[in-house]
Amino acid sequence: MVFTRFVEVGRVCMINYGKDKGKLATIVDIVDGNKCLIDGCNTGVARQIITFRRIALTDLTCEIGRGARAACIKAAWKKGGVAEAWAKSSWAKKLAAKAVRGNLSDFDRFKVMVARKQKSKIVAAKVKSM
Amino acid sequence: MTRSFVATGGPKKAAKTVAAKGKSARMYPADDVAVPMKSRKGTRAPTKVRASITPGTVVILLSGRFRGKRAVCLKILDSGLLLVSGPYKVNGIPLKRVNQAYVIATSTKVDVSGVKVPATVNDAYFAQATSNSVKSEDKFFDNERKAAIVSDQRKADQKAVDDGLMKVVTKEPMLKQYLNAKFSLTKNDRPHNMKF
Repeated sequence: MVFTRFVEVGRVCMINYGKDKGKLATIVDIVDGNKCLIDGCNTGVARQIITFRRIALTDLTCEIGRGARAACIKAAWKKGGVAEAWAKSSWAKKLAAKAVRGNLSDFDRFKVMVARKQKSKIVAAKVKSM
Repeated sequence: MTRSFVATGGPKKAAKTVAAKGKSARMYPADDVAVPMKSRKGTRAPTKVRASITPGTVVILLSGRFRGKRAVCLKILDSGLLLVSGPYKVNGIPLKRVNQAYVIATSTKVDVSGVKVPATVNDAYFAQATSNSVKSEDKFFDNERKAAIVSDQRKADQKAVDDGLMKVVTKEPMLKQYLNAKFSLTKNDRPHNMKF
């Protein structure tokens, strides 16, 4: 298996710890084997040094130079269509679905339950006929 | 120079003017009169019902024989208890009072503006009639099970409320089935993280 996601300048990553959990940021510089400098000017994440443990790399990158400033990153995101590409990814879709599920009211959950039952009924009937 | 109170007539009037000026009285009773202590009873503030419960809120009952069932809150009674109805036709919950502590308020609201709750349905309406006619000994040996008799008045009130309520309930799709379904937690349900 070949690695395709690298820790590199311009790599878009998702923060998975702390108050910025779930937000995207861009790697701007690499400090050492454990830390890097990220900037989340597009998503409201402060420019900060963060350990690799607290980020998850995405497939997306944007073209920026090492130590690029916020304005530069914003322009690169726009040019590369990072936000749109992220929204299309199955990762983002799953997260969005999870958020929707988490915000369902009791009545909504009931409706989902009924819909799920109907679906499984149809599937079961189809499987039986095959 | 004449003293003013003499000139304005009588010591009574003088005392009055002195009191009016905020001075202490010149005379006071020699005997202490026992004054009963002021009771703190009855000054309690009326029960606050939490903001998530309003008339029309669908609530999940948590205790009693209807636990787990969903009902519609119709009114908040003077005692702070909630007046709920299943409606009876849907899930068997009659007009009854419940304590707000034993319900989960959901965000689902039903428009109960068209539901007319009879004015007689108040806290006194639900108070149990105490009968002193049966002696305790007779009661003890009276092991026959008697079916509870529901008065015609209750039935009429229930019907009056449910007629209005059913109109609204049947309007919203799935709502009737929802009210008929029991609430329960299953695997991986985390009630503290759930939104109702």
